[in-house]
Amino acid sequence: MDDIRDLYQEVILDHNRHPHNFRKMEHPDATLEGFNPLCGDHYTFYLRFDGDRIDEVSFEGSGCAISKASASVMSSVLKGKTRDEADRLFTLFTGIVTGKMDAVEHLDELGKLAAFVGVADYPVRVKCATLPWHTMHGALHGKDESITTE
Amino acid sequence: MNTTWKDDTVTLARSVNAVRFDAEKARADFPALHQDVHGQRLVYLDSAASTQKPQVVIDTLSEFYSRQYSNVHRGVHHLSQIATDLYEGARSTVRSFLNARHDEEIVFVRGTTEAINLVAQTFGRSEIGPGDEVIVSEMEHHANIVPWQMICQEKGAQLRVIPIDANGDLQLDHFEEMITPRTKIVAVTHVSNALGTVNPVREIIRIAHAYNVPVLLDGAQSSQHLPIDVQELDCDFFTLSGHKIYGPTGIGVLYGKRELLERMPPYQGGGDMILSVTFEKTTYNEIPYKFEAGTPNIAGAIGLAAALKYFRGFDIDALVAHEKELLDYATGRLEDIDALRMIGTARERASSLSFTLCAVHPHDIGTILDKQGIAIRAGHHCAQPVMQKFGIPATARASFAMYNTREDVDRLVEGIKQVLEVFT
Repeated sequence: MDDIRDLYQEVILDHNRHPHNFRKMEHPDATLEGFNPLCGDHYTFYLRFDGDRIDEVSFEGSGCAISKASASVMSSVLKGKTRDEADRLFTLFTGIVTGKMDAVEHLDELGKLAAFVGVADYPVRVKCATLPWHTMHGALHGKDESITTE
Repeated sequence: MNTTWKDDTVTLARSVNAVRFDAEKARADFPALHQDVHGQRLVYLDSAASTQKPQVVIDTLSEFYSRQYSNVHRGVHHLSQIATDLYEGARSTVRSFLNARHDEEIVFVRGTTEAINLVAQTFGRSEIGPGDEVIVSEMEHHANIVPWQMICQEKGAQLRVIPIDANGDLQLDHFEEMITPRTKIVAVTHVSNALGTVNPVREIIRIAHAYNVPVLLDGAQSSQHLPIDVQELDCDFFTLSGHKIYGPTGIGVLYGKRELLERMPPYQGGGDMILSVTFEKTTYNEIPYKFEAGTPNIAGAIGLAAALKYFRGFDIDALVAHEKELLDYATGRLEDIDALRMIGTARERASSLSFTLCAVHPHDIGTILDKQGIAIRAGHHCAQPVMQKFGIPATARASFAMYNTREDVDRLVEGIKQVLEVFT
């Protein structure tokens, strides 16, 4: 049972209990819903920009501890990042938890996201961890498109 | 199983000579149960999703593919005759298991999902018209909602829903007033996969038949837990899935009363479902072959027959009593856990226990139990309307079968305590 703590790290349990930036945002620059029909995880993400930088990220919704903690940590990490940096973190995070990238090589870059390294050992839970990131990524790029149309 | 349920004198006589079900002995027949998962003895509590297979089913499949295999029907050679005899023998075994009147009332399909789709696409296509109505219940599996929704949409008909109450019981007082001259069929589950509710199907059938409305019973969760007698039930259609009653995957049964099946148009077109074909006109085969186009799941049917024979080798009353005792024991032990909320507390239940834990999502429960070698299911159980009714996205579900024991329940309870420990 001890190795279950490799998945449910204290960081993850804390963020699940007390998620950061867990609120609806008034007047976001981008918003997108993320839904996992298999397990019913359902979140809405909100992004606000200051020029090229992400000024604020928030989210609301419900789901398992892994998805909620992932959304919470992501929202903290992305604040102040440029779009390119956010894209890089998206690639890094999804690469690590799907086992395509080696966590040990990227520990510095991962920072707080390192709490999710253990997810790679639980294939059925990978989508829980990546759902917030895919949703954020969509919102980030959807916003680009709507800026072009306006 | 030679007598009906309602015969009180027989029930009394049985209880005097009550046979105790030996779950340990049954366990020995299931090789998959005798393995460790994550370093601990497997506790398999996911039988409502699919049951494990007894050795006799595995051996039957192996023997069939090793020595008896051929395509069925019309073959003039030795093996084809053997395979045909086994396949049609399997039909007779199913007929006897369900106590249907005729072999031809047994149609082999892939499972309950296909059985219901078959009825919706044949009976539904010919009998349901614009403005007509189909009645289902709020506790249905998606397999008994979506096929009806599809045919209703196509025909401009209405889907009507018998509501459930906060315990997960059908609100039957609403049922009779829902039946109108436009009601073409009532399709309800015998036992709920998400809540474990055993529905008062005799009452439903009695009411529906008073208005000449046929009733389909989804037996995916009942055939392996309750004695089934389709003549005594007087249901018009009954469905079961082989893999949920200790048989192989990919095989299931649609039972239909002969006069209804004869009236229905074919399902799929192809070989075996025809008597003669010209480019001008095709004459369809008789039932049940009219509904079994193409090479059937021969091995599946034979494996299912082996499973049903195995199942019938037990005293059904003793088996039902064992599973009920286990469910009662599990209910009592789980109710002692403060943080646990039972979802579904119907008057009569079978096999399945759904629950949520305060502040722990069912998927996290499932993962942490799995790490302790305990297999349960977490999710919406293909019954999203039930989840909506209870205002939850998902539940954790432990489901029991003949091979489960009190020790399995104790392991589950200990496992849940570990889950709570991780999350506090």
